Amino acid sequence: MTSLRAGDLGVLLTSGSLVVALTIWAWGGDRGDTVVIRAAGQVVETASLAQARTFAVDGPLGTTHIEIEPGRARIARDPSPRQLCVKQGWLTQSGQAALCLPNQVSLEIRGRTTTYDTLGY
Amino acid sequence: MTRSVIELPVHADDRRIARLAALAIGLTLAEAALPSPVPGVKPGLANIVILLVLLQYGWRAAAWVSGLRVLAGGLLLGSLFAPGFWLSAAGALVSLSVLALARYLPSRHFSPVSLSVLAAFGHIGGQLALVGIWLLPAAALIKLLPVFAAAALVFGTVNGLIVIRMLATPTPEPGMSPDILAGTRKG
Repeated sequence: MTSLRAGDLGVLLTSGSLVVALTIWAWGGDRGDTVVIRAAGQVVETASLAQARTFAVDGPLGTTHIEIEPGRARIARDPSPRQLCVKQGWLTQSGQAALCLPNQVSLEIRGRTTTYDTLGY
Repeated sequence: MTRSVIELPVHADDRRIARLAALAIGLTLAEAALPSPVPGVKPGLANIVILLVLLQYGWRAAAWVSGLRVLAGGLLLGSLFAPGFWLSAAGALVSLSVLALARYLPSRHFSPVSLSVLAAFGHIGGQLALVGIWLLPAAALIKLLPVFAAAALVFGTVNGLIVIRMLATPTPEPGMSPDILAGTRKG
């Protein structure tokens, strides 16, 4: 009976690492499922992270553009001078938040468990 | 009125492909009866036949058997042109494409187990891609990915080992176990 050959071990090891990597990526941490958007401290929108959408929220400096894709969300554009919230990029985990302070707009990801009861800024 | 007779010549190749496709269809039907905790997690027993056909009669024959299996399997299970049928077709298509490349792997270093695992990942990859694009938002699939990937690894390996075993069994029909073919062979 022919047995396993050297290349097979490579294929099996690669596939095995792929499975492990996928497990850590998909099950590790608490991936969020909801997006909460606030303007001047008031919740203006609560949206699901399941579908791609975009929002435009007005603040004192101008309009903040928020982009939602399946499983992740980000501030796409913002008039704030230092662009900190834009530079944060995509948020995926529950409890992550991007604040555009001068424009008073915030984006927060929520999952099954909330890391904080409330955040004050 | 003239009678026209259309003759379709049947070659030995056609008969062989039909016989092997029947085998694959039988396995597909048997598998559909197995309960599964997660829809889509299946052993993929028909892939054993596809792999044997690939190794013995080449990629074209394997593509024929695979296509016939998807079509006739859809007919017999009543899912022809339903979502399940398209998922099956997408899986078969990607799996065959993967095999089209993987068959050039040097057989000195890669046994059928490698082909089987790669084909299994191709199968589930094609299905999940279609589900993600067409049926479900991708975010809902992310949590299931490890389950599907692990199933592809386990069943791909087991199917590959079965193929190795069947290739090593000396039979009149090389590579085919006689008891499986007994029902479809003419005496």
